[in-house]
Amino acid sequence: MVMSKINKEIGIISAINGPVIKGKNMSSFKMREMVTVGEKQLIGEVIVLEGDIGTVQVYEETEGLKTGEVIIPTGRPLSLKLGPGLLKNMFDGIQRPLKKIQEISPVYIPEGIGLLSIDDKKLWDTTITAKLGDVLAEGNIFGLVQETEVIQNRLMVPPNISGTVVEVVTNGLYTIEAVLVKIQDEKKEFHELKMAQEWPVRTPRPNAYRRETLVPLVTGQRVIDIFFPIAKGGTAAIPGGFGTGKTMTQHQLAKWSDADIIVYIGCGERGNEMTEVIEEFPKLLDPQSGKSIMERTVLIANTSNMPVAAREASIYTGVTIAEYYRDMGYAVALMADSTSRWAEALREISGRLEEMPAEEGYPAYLPSRIAEFYERAGSVETLGGGEGSITIIGAVSPAGGDFSEPVTENTKRFVNVFLALDKNLAYARHYPAINWLESYSGYIKILSDWYEDNVAEDCIELRNKMLELLYEENKLLEMVMLVGEDVLPDDQRWILEIAKIIKVGYLQQNAYNKEDTYVPLEKQYAMLKSIEYLYEKGREGLKLGIPTSQLKDLDIFNQFIKMKYTIPNDDLSGIDRLKDDIDRFYDKLLKKYVDLEGNNEKRIFKN
Amino acid sequence: MKKEYLKIDKVIGPLIEISEVDDVFYGEVVDIIDIDTGSIKKGKVIKIEEKNVIIQVFQNTAGLAAGNSIIKFTGESFNLPMSLDLQGRIFNGVGEPIDNGSAIFSAIEANINGRPINPMSREYPRNFIQTGISSIDTLATLIRGQKLPIFSGNGLPHNELAAQIVKQAQLGENTGEVFGVVFAAIGVKHDDEKFFRKSFSEANIMDHVVMFVNYADDPIAERITTPRCALTAAEYLAFEKNMHVLVVMTDMTSYCEALREISSAREEVPSRKGYPGYMYSDLAALYERAGMLRDRKGSITFLPILTMPNDDITHPIPDLTGYITEGQIVLGRDLFQRSIYPPVAVLPSLSRLMKDGIGEGFTREDHADVTNQLFASYSKVQEVRTLSQIIGEEDLSQTDKKYMAFGRAFEAEFLNQGFDESRNIIESLDLGWRLLSLLPLTELDRLSPENIKKYFSQES
Repeated sequence: MVMSKINKEIGIISAINGPVIKGKNMSSFKMREMVTVGEKQLIGEVIVLEGDIGTVQVYEETEGLKTGEVIIPTGRPLSLKLGPGLLKNMFDGIQRPLKKIQEISPVYIPEGIGLLSIDDKKLWDTTITAKLGDVLAEGNIFGLVQETEVIQNRLMVPPNISGTVVEVVTNGLYTIEAVLVKIQDEKKEFHELKMAQEWPVRTPRPNAYRRETLVPLVTGQRVIDIFFPIAKGGTAAIPGGFGTGKTMTQHQLAKWSDADIIVYIGCGERGNEMTEVIEEFPKLLDPQSGKSIMERTVLIANTSNMPVAAREASIYTGVTIAEYYRDMGYAVALMADSTSRWAEALREISGRLEEMPAEEGYPAYLPSRIAEFYERAGSVETLGGGEGSITIIGAVSPAGGDFSEPVTENTKRFVNVFLALDKNLAYARHYPAINWLESYSGYIKILSDWYEDNVAEDCIELRNKMLELLYEENKLLEMVMLVGEDVLPDDQRWILEIAKIIKVGYLQQNAYNKEDTYVPLEKQYAMLKSIEYLYEKGREGLKLGIPTSQLKDLDIFNQFIKMKYTIPNDDLSGIDRLKDDIDRFYDKLLKKYVDLEGNNEKRIFKN
Repeated sequence: MKKEYLKIDKVIGPLIEISEVDDVFYGEVVDIIDIDTGSIKKGKVIKIEEKNVIIQVFQNTAGLAAGNSIIKFTGESFNLPMSLDLQGRIFNGVGEPIDNGSAIFSAIEANINGRPINPMSREYPRNFIQTGISSIDTLATLIRGQKLPIFSGNGLPHNELAAQIVKQAQLGENTGEVFGVVFAAIGVKHDDEKFFRKSFSEANIMDHVVMFVNYADDPIAERITTPRCALTAAEYLAFEKNMHVLVVMTDMTSYCEALREISSAREEVPSRKGYPGYMYSDLAALYERAGMLRDRKGSITFLPILTMPNDDITHPIPDLTGYITEGQIVLGRDLFQRSIYPPVAVLPSLSRLMKDGIGEGFTREDHADVTNQLFASYSKVQEVRTLSQIIGEEDLSQTDKKYMAFGRAFEAEFLNQGFDESRNIIESLDLGWRLLSLLPLTELDRLSPENIKKYFSQES
């Protein structure tokens, strides 16, 4: 009886079209079930069921498959193994560690290597915090493992399980599969708790409730932190044509954000970029912990030449891992580079399914998929009662650099921060090429209290004033393009001069300079404040009728342009000295003019 | 024994459909034998639906009829024999010799589709390749193992530029390293192929060149395999034989057109401008085969050429390419019209890998500063030029006039150089400094004080 049941459950391949195959005899298969395909046992997922015909997307190269080969169900959806060993590791789109793949095949990624996951042989030094008789609910912490130097993995009771502890092991070395705690629920059923738990990638992990997001993700990047801040638990999109520095910006955020955990998804991008991350990240020290930033990083790499179906899955793999650490009470930041490649993977598979296309060939469900993804961000009260958050920052690669294409348009609807990268700024090597006119942050209002309490009383006010100056400059530049700068009145030329300092000295930030690659908020504020100081000093002079040419002292202007390099992050006294220089110069200049005017008055008086 | 089939159900462009087929695999190679002449065409299974199979034929399908051909499934994937004897030879797009030489025999065969390189196995490319061309070396530096396409337009001298790079490129500074060139011509004119062959023999490197040629009047399905054959040969030479291989491929636009034609014959859902939705993945599968590996000595540096339809950089072909490759060298028509060779449009050109391959120990410590300053200043030149067209050059401010002078000198002396002229990087950087000195020091905000002190001297 059992035999016939098994036979019935095996599908037979009837059609092959790239990564999409069809099978017969699949009426007992479930939607979104994970399957193995063919003699090589390629990994796939059921995406359509129609009568006894099933359609499977295959996560590996399908060349060599034949009709008549078998499709075997695994009885569960595409799931991840979540446990210690995720951090400092790099996975493909379906959580197979690339290092393990390398051990199997040194250079190329072969097909048919089966499902691999985090190391199940490694022994972890485990502290069990639960005691006999304790009542554990879902999300409660029953043990601790120091996963890396900076991150403690908090072993949690998986969702939907609770009960009284009836058995515990002693502290010691265990693998992720060892049973550490046994609990008995109200129905007297026993549950075994292990270090690792499984979770289906397409289902968001549950939380108690959503909290308000009131703290910024401090990135050390001036244009973001001061002008367009991202809240912890918020969402941001970075769209930009090729060569505008999306990946560069994402790398900077991954390196310097003050999140506890970084999940970086290289989705359909270049292989060398991931290699760069592997080579560079271990050498960089996190400004908060002083340890290598790899200690808090999980990398997902499904590069552009790796199978397209796994690229589609990589986004979900990344966000599920992020949720796992969020549930422990960590602030997680997730970078997805690039969500357009994921959308294209959706399009490619949709095309092979011969679905009716919507805009530009993308499937009609593109907006809902994008929304589902970004909605997995958020600041939450975890099931265990802690506070955790996921910030999602997605890069978007619009076709032709045109922001009106479907992926950018739909992403805009579901994110709160929009950091528009600009081709012309990139051409002039103004990096980060974030266009201040097109970008916006929807978090200014809710974060303003935090900025007032933690940075400066007038921080947001200052930001608004400087941003207004930049808007004003934009209008003036349009005029300059028509008539030249010389005909503008002095107060407008002064705005142009100050705007230039803001652009070159402040908004441009050099990722390759040791001092400038990460700048603490205190210095970010002080720099901008000093620019405002210069602006106001000049305006005093303007009132006296001093022309811009005289107000502009080359030495002082030069100091402003270079202050990001010359003033160390940990010693801001240089800014005070700069203010002294300003005072000296302008006091002298103003005095000269006041005297001159005084003399004039006297002369008039005499006459 | 594999079965042979006699009946073709349908012929659409390069595709044929046959029915009642058993035991074939996806990607299997088929021989299509003409009963009358005995000539053999090659094809590949690209779709299986129950017992119906669609085969993409690599040669011309003209003359095929329902009853005059035998279709024979070979039971193999598309493999090419690999050997050092490939060098100095010329093949067609499916890897058959077309130079009257003998066939290549080797026990080593490689699947032309390759397999994705594990990012863990890659080595990040850092070694500077001097091309002797100021604009490229200084502003969009080529790095060994990089994929850097030339975005060109019809009639622009991209072939000359590629030939000059091949001729002048010093692929490695250490002696004892072996170099090779793999050249793939996809849908090119006979003239273009002749030009390259001539310049290879003039440079005396013909013995180190492997050529795969698909002429413009050759079947388009063969254009799909031409770059794959070439890259398979390059992978063999680089990663099995430790050679430093430069792959020059022209014209990627023909490749993409072929992809579109076949996609349309397959009645697939099109995306932008009718190109298939999988074009990004398909191109990536080619471009990502360039690079270096951690435990192998060789490298593949990839220099594909594409002609932008209507000079439009936002067209899907250059657009998708730019998202995959590590930068681009863009040629500009207005520079070409002003007789500037090579007409490298500086501002949109970019090398993503140069940041780690320049500066002290690689080129010279001031390289990054000079690059940034030249970009920033030349970008300002564009603004000033626009303004001068409106108000006239006479009415420009003193500083703006200096920018006009700088712009002219930059184009005439820095960008412009002879087809046989090779400048080393030090010469190029010094030239950059000399041109920057046309501008007031106050305008040069990208230069560090140390470098200014060392290299800057104002011309009076």
